[in-house]
Amino acid sequence: MKPAAFDYVRATSLTHALDLLASADPDGETRVLAGGQSLVPLMAMRLAAPARLVDINRLAALERLEVIDGRLVIGALVRHHRLATDPRVASAAPLLARAATQVAHPAIRNRGTFGGSLAHADPAAAFPACALALGATLTLASAAGRREVPATAFFEGLYQTALRPDELLVEVAVPAATAASRSAFVIFTRRPGDFPVAGLAAVARAADDRSAVDRLADIRLAVFGVGDTPLLADTAAAILESGPIDAARIDAAVAALDTLEIRDSATASVRYRRHLVGVALRRATAALLRPEAVACR
Amino acid sequence: MSTDLPAPAGEPVPHRRTWRLLHGRGRYVGDIRLPGLLHAAVLRAPHAHASIDAIDTAAAAAVPGVMAVFTGADIATVCAPWRGTHGLYPRLAAPLQHAVAIDTVRWCGEPVALVVAASRAVAEDATALIAVDYTPRPALADPEAARGGGPLLHPDLGTNVCLTAAHEAGDVDAAFAAAAVVVEETFRFGRHTGVPLEPRGLVADFDPSERRLTVHHSHQCPHQMQHEFARLLGLAEQRVRVIAPDVGGAFGIKQQLYGDEIAVCAASLLLGRPVAWIADRLESFSADIHAREHVVRGRIALSADGDILAFAVDDLHAIGPYSQYPRSSAGEGRAVLAQTGAPYRYRALRARSTAVFQTKGMAGHYRGVGQPIACAVTEALVDRAARKVGLDPVAVRRRNLVRAADLPWRAPTGLVYPRLAVADCMAALDAHVDLAALRRDCDDARRAGRMRGLGLATFVELTSRGPGFYGAGGVPVSSRDGCTVRLEPGGGVRALASVTEQGQGTETGIAQVIAAALGVPLDTVEVITGDTATTFHGGGTWGSRSMAIGGEAAWRAGRALRAEILDVAARLLQADAAALDLRDGVIVEAATSAARLTLAEIAAVGHFRPHELPAGPQPQLVASASFGPLDGPFRAGSGIQLAVVEIDPDSGAVRLDRFVVVHECGRVVNPLLVDEQIRGGVAQGIGATLFEELIYDTDGQLLTGSLADYLLPTAADLCDIELVHVHAAPPESDGLGLIGVGEAGTVGAAAAVLNAVDDALAARGASIGQIPCTPERILTALGAI
Ligand SMILES: Cc1cc2nc3c(=O)[nH]c(=O)nc-3n(C[C@H](O)[C@H](O)[C@H](O)COP(=O)(O)OP(=O)(O)OC[C@H]3O[C@@H](n4cnc5c(N)ncnc54)[C@H](O)[C@@H]3O)c2cc1C
Repeated sequence: MKPAAFDYVRATSLTHALDLLASADPDGETRVLAGGQSLVPLMAMRLAAPARLVDINRLAALERLEVIDGRLVIGALVRHHRLATDPRVASAAPLLARAATQVAHPAIRNRGTFGGSLAHADPAAAFPACALALGATLTLASAAGRREVPATAFFEGLYQTALRPDELLVEVAVPAATAASRSAFVIFTRRPGDFPVAGLAAVARAADDRSAVDRLADIRLAVFGVGDTPLLADTAAAILESGPIDAARIDAAVAALDTLEIRDSATASVRYRRHLVGVALRRATAALLRPEAVACR
Repeated sequence: MSTDLPAPAGEPVPHRRTWRLLHGRGRYVGDIRLPGLLHAAVLRAPHAHASIDAIDTAAAAAVPGVMAVFTGADIATVCAPWRGTHGLYPRLAAPLQHAVAIDTVRWCGEPVALVVAASRAVAEDATALIAVDYTPRPALADPEAARGGGPLLHPDLGTNVCLTAAHEAGDVDAAFAAAAVVVEETFRFGRHTGVPLEPRGLVADFDPSERRLTVHHSHQCPHQMQHEFARLLGLAEQRVRVIAPDVGGAFGIKQQLYGDEIAVCAASLLLGRPVAWIADRLESFSADIHAREHVVRGRIALSADGDILAFAVDDLHAIGPYSQYPRSSAGEGRAVLAQTGAPYRYRALRARSTAVFQTKGMAGHYRGVGQPIACAVTEALVDRAARKVGLDPVAVRRRNLVRAADLPWRAPTGLVYPRLAVADCMAALDAHVDLAALRRDCDDARRAGRMRGLGLATFVELTSRGPGFYGAGGVPVSSRDGCTVRLEPGGGVRALASVTEQGQGTETGIAQVIAAALGVPLDTVEVITGDTATTFHGGGTWGSRSMAIGGEAAWRAGRALRAEILDVAARLLQADAAALDLRDGVIVEAATSAARLTLAEIAAVGHFRPHELPAGPQPQLVASASFGPLDGPFRAGSGIQLAVVEIDPDSGAVRLDRFVVVHECGRVVNPLLVDEQIRGGVAQGIGATLFEELIYDTDGQLLTGSLADYLLPTAADLCDIELVHVHAAPPESDGLGLIGVGEAGTVGAAAAVLNAVDDALAARGASIGQIPCTPERILTALGAI
């Protein structure tokens, strides 16, 4: 389990990093090294054999974490641990804060980065689903310039994203939560810290009419761990938005999940995953309706 | 702690090595650097079954830094092939196995070539350049298909059945005919492996000038390996030295001969240079021994009063493509036959065990060897039969446990138990927990819509085996161990013991026994293990034997040295040896405890000034003893394990809420080490029941071959493991009468957890007869998916 030989360059500035990505290495692929928690094991198992690594860990510009103009901006190098503990995240994006506490183990959370998780696009990873549920916008940069891509257009397939080989994910913006924002994060793991067998990241807005405690608006449900990418369950969300949320409406929403394209794995059948996704939706709905009453896990 | 062993034996002394290991001073095989050391990487078969049509090694050999590329044929020039036969089972089909496959591969992960290079990274680069032409053949990855036929893995054998063994006692048909209830059920056990923290590995160092081979080997049985390396590589055994340095866990995984390991020795022979190889985690999963894959059809006959009348078991055991070597693949099925119904008084048994070849990883002896299977089948059948007849499963156990009055108990399995403390253990369990209250607690939870279950398993663990199995079967594996104890000039004691240490604390226990036998402070005793050049030939670690057998040898050697020391002292003091004693390292007057001589004074006379001794024998100041049980085939420990689980009915997840082990193993040398042996064993049993499984697809590809998908239990997945020790009268013996303990936790844990899960399911009319009890299987059993 030794990686194939590779070159290593530590980027000293964003421009330096982008120049390196723009200049093709004649020996093969150039890959960005962030926390290394996904890339390094892949290299050790020789499932990845880049010719050159561009280490972005010293780029302080990628560690931004601030709320401006109603948006929480998260630099690509923000580590999972910081998401889990920074009070700005807790108030502006509680979904991310909660999810971050349940990603892997402390050692991995200390190294793993938000940008690395999104760029890696593991279908069972928490943050791609959160980004989708939150309607995040990703800023990608190359030597040629910058572009913004919505999360809905970023995750293209299994470990496939809209990132071009010369591009770096620089930062991600999500709308900052308001007093009416609700969110829920439900995962089913075999052991704490494992990638989930199925999961759901959900956001919603409490109805404007304060007395309508059984109504939710702007629901976005991102199911993950079950397909090639995180999946938006729009039909189920629309059903829940369409009236008071009672048992029948929840049943209908769960039934609507049947149209999701769910895949099996060596240890989880489609039937099992579909069932878990339904359980997750029931638990998430309860949490969205009564955030203070439900300890969600 | 009640024990009648003299101190410091019987005391909860922390394991000595831990201190050193925690200081980063461990010296594992991977830490050994010899001048001129080369590194090997193994090319492994990507197919479960294929012929090798051609191998082109030219590109690999041309990589800078590569010293050699060896195919199976190259290795075979210096390494003889072997067959895993067993003399007590003449019909065991034992195919010829080569260290590295020559013309056919039979499991994904079988060695195909070995690259030796200046570094492991270069060796791995080169393995990727070896071009092998394969013609795939049909895989055989279903045990039931193998029993019935299937594609022949070894055409010369004409069968895919390695071994069938059967045993019958009593009138089985009459017992089933007379039964009030009969329960019949098929149980499935997943394929597991032991996953030591330190993977397998060795550094082989051949010196052609003297044809001398030294192997630093992460192994449980260095003496066995010395013998096999000498035999298969054609070397004089006295010039083969195997040293097991610090070993980071083994659990049976490091007990056999492996093709990749002896190929590394062969490479050293061929190159005349030291060669190192350490398995990485991926090759560990595909090439370490696997165990436990069984399908067992079990039946139990119960009377209306709850008397167990009979068991019938038909065990199908899926091994790899060969009979393992040198111990053969007879042991696992034999344990199932020998241990069915073990704790209970019943009269009739029909048992059959069939081991079948598979195109999967080699199967071997993982902690417990067949006993966890027998225990789980027995205990699950008892629970189900009790429920069916309308009795409390605990009450049925109480009624049927072997009692003191039944001893010696002649079990229908053919085994005779001179002592068995299961009834004492039940009494101790009652003193520790209120079983009726636990039962009520589960029932209350059920009324509240929760799924809570209570499971019990009574178990018997056969330890400390004599020569009746391997020795009598012509397998060169020692059932003995030896110890040499010597007084060093400064008055300290150095011992050389043939038992080995993989982290369980054997060395500490041996030191305690020697300190107790001599009468010296514990910290004056130094113990060396794991070196075949300096210690007695001995069995090493397997079958829960190290302390029971090696401890006895250490005791005898210590007592002999003590006698000589007292004799020398008596001659020096012109006293009667019987009036002297050795206490806390000082020669004293036995009657008054008045100090007379220090050990350093005795040692100085013995080593430097022997002319001062009055006439008599020359001082030796060293004594040796070797011991192996000859009074019976085994010594039995026993106990009861209890699990309480709660199942999430929506997700199928199982949470362990309580786990209790009541255990009896005779005299205890070190209760702390015993506790940790039990806890570690229980954790492995829980892992087997809830998490771990090596899953192969129908093409024989391993689907769960990394730590990301072969799920080991972590601390977060366990609960506290409460331990209760029972101290029954020790076995009658002319020595310490110790009983082994290493596998006890594993033998009963799976049964207890399976029964607890099944108890929770039973309340909803469901049941599960398969481990691991994964959430998906539980939801399936509940009809939720
Ligand atoms: C044992 C273990 C358990 C885990 N469990 C979970 C879990 O339960 N849930 C979960 O969500 N995750 C889990 N992870 C994954 C973890 O969160 C990773 O840290 C994360 O997926 C990748 O982040 P990284 O910074 O380490 O990326 P790296 O490993 O450095 O990179 C990953 C990929 O992204 C690319 N990349 C990285 N940063 C950028 C960038 N800024 N622009 C463009 N490309 C980039 C790299 O080139 C590489 O291809 C686990 C990991 C481990 C080792």
